[in-house]
Amino acid sequence: MPARLTDLLLYTAPFLIVTAVFVFYPLVANIWYSFYSFSAFDPVMRPAGLGNYQRLVTDPAIVTALVNVSLYAVLSVMFQVGLGLVLAAILSQAFLGFWAKLFRTLFFIPVVMSITVIAFVFTFFYDPFSGLLNMALQAVGLGHWARAWLGESATAIYAVIAVSQWQSVGYVMMLFIVAIQSIPRDLYEAAELDGAGAVAQFFHITVPQVREMLIVATVVTVTGSITVFSEPYIMTGGGPGDSSATLATYMYRSAFFRDEMGYAAAIAALIFVATMVVSLLQLRVFGKAK
Amino acid sequence: MTSTFARHPGRLLVILVLLLHSVIVIYPLFWMITNSFKTTQQIFEASWTMPTVWVVENYVKAWQGGISAYFMNSVIVTGSTIVLTLALSSLAAFGMTRAEAGGAGRAAGLVLMACIGGMLVAPQVALVPLYKMMQALHLHDTHLALILMYTAYRLPITVLLIRAVFVTVPRDLDDSAHIDGCTSFQTLWHVYLPMSRSILLTASVLTAYHAWNEFLFAIIFIDSDRLKTVPAGLMNFRDALMTDWGVLVAGLVISAAPIVIMFILAQRYFMSGFAAGAVKG
Repeated sequence: MPARLTDLLLYTAPFLIVTAVFVFYPLVANIWYSFYSFSAFDPVMRPAGLGNYQRLVTDPAIVTALVNVSLYAVLSVMFQVGLGLVLAAILSQAFLGFWAKLFRTLFFIPVVMSITVIAFVFTFFYDPFSGLLNMALQAVGLGHWARAWLGESATAIYAVIAVSQWQSVGYVMMLFIVAIQSIPRDLYEAAELDGAGAVAQFFHITVPQVREMLIVATVVTVTGSITVFSEPYIMTGGGPGDSSATLATYMYRSAFFRDEMGYAAAIAALIFVATMVVSLLQLRVFGKAK
Repeated sequence: MTSTFARHPGRLLVILVLLLHSVIVIYPLFWMITNSFKTTQQIFEASWTMPTVWVVENYVKAWQGGISAYFMNSVIVTGSTIVLTLALSSLAAFGMTRAEAGGAGRAAGLVLMACIGGMLVAPQVALVPLYKMMQALHLHDTHLALILMYTAYRLPITVLLIRAVFVTVPRDLDDSAHIDGCTSFQTLWHVYLPMSRSILLTASVLTAYHAWNEFLFAIIFIDSDRLKTVPAGLMNFRDALMTDWGVLVAGLVISAAPIVIMFILAQRYFMSGFAAGAVKG
């Protein structure tokens, strides 16, 4: 064997072993498990055929979870990708100078904070009795809008989604700042000579030039929405009922509260397929663009 | 100022948007800090005011009432994850770089595929088998379980990041190290790693960020309260402190502080790492 190949095997072996055992094997095993019915502490696995999947397509909680993650995805693309791009374009304005850096740092701080911390603070804001949101509504004469934001099935998922927007818009903004930095300056200079204003420059230069990042940011945001777990788990536990459940919180509940590991594996398989479809769409769009 | 805005009316709008968004971002942070110095009564009655009496003991009570243990657990898990992830990633990136240069490019390409494929797998998708596996390996309820999980799921992206820098190391340096009698490992240690300090720092802060904040694995693989990391431990901390809000909020500030401070100090590395991570993904 050539020395270089031996080197390759030796040096990459630890990485390959760890990844194979803890990333790729579980992925395959999950599909396998989804055709069985078993509990966490019982070694016996009973074949279930397509039973878990039949249940999946008729389970009303799955429908709720799919609707919720779709809402999550649509609102996240609107706020994170939309607002993120606008903020990035604003922070790339030369006249801001040093201030641009300061605002960028500030806007990114929520991204690095633990979701548990953020979720607790917003749970205080949403508190029906002492929360700021209801107090603010009462203060401006909209007291009749006050409600238990996290405790009512009509509003719980929106209250949870809002918190994710607060945390993540800075992340997408940062991606766009990096993309905008690589746009040739002379494009803007030429547009300025033609008399194009800042808004026209944004739509005619910035947006088309960051097209690739728009796709990446949308895929990152949508994939994040399909797999979202922590925010709903911490703030509502998926409730009341299953009203704010996502695929991941419902999978968690199936596995660790109801001890239906096979069914949880089927839900995980659904999450996997959904994220793969989005990733493949990205590859397709990129393939066409090139 | 007036004349500037008269000439550039858009600038006023830009500044207004920035100020408005600043308020939205700053207010919850400001709320956290002011309320961490209040009594429960004060928070309940008027959480938007400044503290009338600054209750510094909230921090002492939070630290002694559980946060210190979670904090130390997070330090252990995060530190070990950084060391393990960087070590395994550097080795793999080095092996791939040399194979590409030495004519084993196709084999290295397969490893590259493993990296890209690994990045596409969300932990959520592998949870049930991982849970069974950790039980079978008797790793359930140990820090090692978390360290292994975090390392495994950070490896693919970290290998890609480090490899991208290793391939820029001039071949001449590698060859002359070989002529000087360096073993391949010595070449990695004395040539490649010192030339890649910046990316190693970037990879470290990114790994730290993920390990410090990770929540899903942290609640599933650790049952004992004394072994919990900060994000998972805060759940118990909250349940134990339902009547002591000021202490709870102080605990939140302590939990968020290390990573926020690290971000402000090492901002350059955070930004470049996050950007590279997303684009490569």
